[in-house]
Amino acid sequence: MTRTEPMLSVKDLHANVGGKEILRGIDLEVGAGEVHAIMGPNGSGKSTFAQVLAGRETFEVTKGEVLYQGKDLLALSPEERAVAGIFMAFQYPVEIPGVGNLYFLRTALNALRKRRGEEELDAMDFLALAKEKMKLVAMDQSFTGRSVNEGFSGGEKKRNEIFQMAVLDPRLAILDETDSGLDIDALRIVAAGVNSLRSKDRAMIVITHYQRLLEYIVPDRVHVMSNGRIVRSGGRELALELEQKGYAPVEKRQEAAP
Amino acid sequence: MSTSAKTLQDLTNRQYKYGFVTDIEADTVPRGLNEDVIRLISAKKNEPEFMLEWRLKAYRHWLTMKEPRWQNVRYPPIDYQDIVYYSAPKPKGEGPKSLDEVDPELLKAFGKLGIPLEEQKMLSGVAVDAVFDSVSVATTFKAKLAEAGVIFCSFSEAVQEHPELVKKYLGSVVPYSDNFFATLNSAVFSDGSFCYIPKGVRCPMELSTYFRINAENTGQFERTLIVAEEGSYVSYLEGCTAPRRDKNQLHAAVVELVALDNAQIKYSTVQNWYPGDAQGKGGIYNFVTKRGAARGRASKISWTQVETGSAITWKYPSVILQGDDSVGEFHSVALTNNYQQADTGTKMIHIGKNTRSTILSKGISAGHGQNTYRGLVKIQKGATGSRNYTQCDSLLLGNRCGAHTMPYIEVKNTSSQVEHEASTSKIGEDQLFYCTQRGISEEDAVSMIVNGFCRQVFKELPMEFAVEAQKLLSVSLEGSIG
Repeated sequence: MTRTEPMLSVKDLHANVGGKEILRGIDLEVGAGEVHAIMGPNGSGKSTFAQVLAGRETFEVTKGEVLYQGKDLLALSPEERAVAGIFMAFQYPVEIPGVGNLYFLRTALNALRKRRGEEELDAMDFLALAKEKMKLVAMDQSFTGRSVNEGFSGGEKKRNEIFQMAVLDPRLAILDETDSGLDIDALRIVAAGVNSLRSKDRAMIVITHYQRLLEYIVPDRVHVMSNGRIVRSGGRELALELEQKGYAPVEKRQEAAP
Repeated sequence: MSTSAKTLQDLTNRQYKYGFVTDIEADTVPRGLNEDVIRLISAKKNEPEFMLEWRLKAYRHWLTMKEPRWQNVRYPPIDYQDIVYYSAPKPKGEGPKSLDEVDPELLKAFGKLGIPLEEQKMLSGVAVDAVFDSVSVATTFKAKLAEAGVIFCSFSEAVQEHPELVKKYLGSVVPYSDNFFATLNSAVFSDGSFCYIPKGVRCPMELSTYFRINAENTGQFERTLIVAEEGSYVSYLEGCTAPRRDKNQLHAAVVELVALDNAQIKYSTVQNWYPGDAQGKGGIYNFVTKRGAARGRASKISWTQVETGSAITWKYPSVILQGDDSVGEFHSVALTNNYQQADTGTKMIHIGKNTRSTILSKGISAGHGQNTYRGLVKIQKGATGSRNYTQCDSLLLGNRCGAHTMPYIEVKNTSSQVEHEASTSKIGEDQLFYCTQRGISEEDAVSMIVNGFCRQVFKELPMEFAVEAQKLLSVSLEGSIG
């Protein structure tokens, strides 16, 4: 695969939370149209990396740079990153009682459109769009009347994330353990939704603990994180190898490294 | 959070939108309070003897009373001799007979507040009584209401035109001796609204009073009396604003509601008195007594309040459930930001059999705001088969504010049922991040989350008011994150 300029280029990224270093020098390049999987044991920094890319302020970037579409991503606020086309599907989607699910999403979409200089969608046009996208993750009408994630099952929350992604139509989607807590049927639905959103001008970073998800969402590249760094990268076969041997060998190798 | 800090700075510098002063010549009485001042107020209003007597009785009783100190609010002592108890825009000539004769400066002032008094410009469904400092300056749609037999006028006018009704109901729910501030009000109240819905009439439009304090050093003491005869219905709205001033001003109002058999009164308030500046300087002391008597069988009184203004709010809109099967409701949103304090809640006094009450209170604290819910549910021995449901939720923004819940429950029979639920939550950093990640600004996110929190209460407000309340909440919250 030849690339001119990657969509996302991460160089030697370090980040702390509460004084503790979690990311210890991440290097990663992701091109448009590519799907990258990031795997690794618990506590390796996968979710932190996702949240740092999305701009969560609990994490302090201490070193390194992130270029997104050639621009300094770290200088942008979370909403500016959203405007620039970054979307993160949360590992633990947040409940907002009393705020309608569709109202929330329309507010978000129109905030993005407005800041991009596009016309805002009225309620009718939005509803039409939402209904079409709901089909991608097999969401039924009862979803629309409920408050954001309130009383949703684990599977419904994750489907809601992918539904939001479909409506907001990002350029770079970061899926943070979207498979966690899903049974096999829900996993299939979510994966099908994600696959339908793969396109040549959209990149995805799929963070997962298990190889299982990658049977459904087939990545172009697989990276293994350990102790705040990417310690191995490879093709799809790397995921299978990890499935068989576990994370211990890669972690050991890293410890041996200087 | 650097972005939040900046938002905070930008927004706290924003000004209270209604802080302007209208330059209008006023007729005021000398500062301070004594029997002569009360006689003077009564004389200015050309009141019948019974009114003066009632005022004096109240005043003499007030002298024996002590200002209450049990409430969870702090303020320096009020010098009651430093207040002007009566201030009225000086009438040009005889005093307005109709809207055409109202001083254009006053019309302009209310226009600026978004309350045009010219009937053709108004929402056709709402009649307004506009109170400026101590007096009512205009009441709209009187003629149209009269067709339905509804009396809606200023309190002063009611004293002149319907003294028998005033005499019968004044003080019948909140007696002149009720409490320190209500008693003070009884002595010096200058105007307010009066509303009478005759038997079987469904009031054809929303009635509303808009209170505006303009003059400096003036207290506003108005009184509202609403009587709903058998089988009638009325929905009543109240709104308030005041200019920005460094000195605190006292607003001590009394509202009395009477609902007879099968009558229903719905009373909604959007209170936006000047809250003081970001350092807690100035603002209105809103010390108000509101009470309704659900006197008749199966009568119903519901209070809905959105309290966003005032330096201090001290009020407990209550319902006395006298009639069998009567219903009392209290829905409240109280927001305190900067250095605002609120001690508010309700009392539901169950006397009749099978009476029902619902209390839904949503308190929001931001900045250094202190928010107390204080409520009493009292079910008397004879109130068999009665029920109460109370839900008190508090939402905290930031870590310098406080929320307090003080429910009192007294049940004196065994066939009644009382439920109480309470919760306290914080707007989480995770909720904000979820919103901003989706492209919603932090400020809009806070306002969206708070509005969601208040949704159950806003549902109870009449449409136009609900929209207004949501906007108000957003404005009052500006700069509350950081």
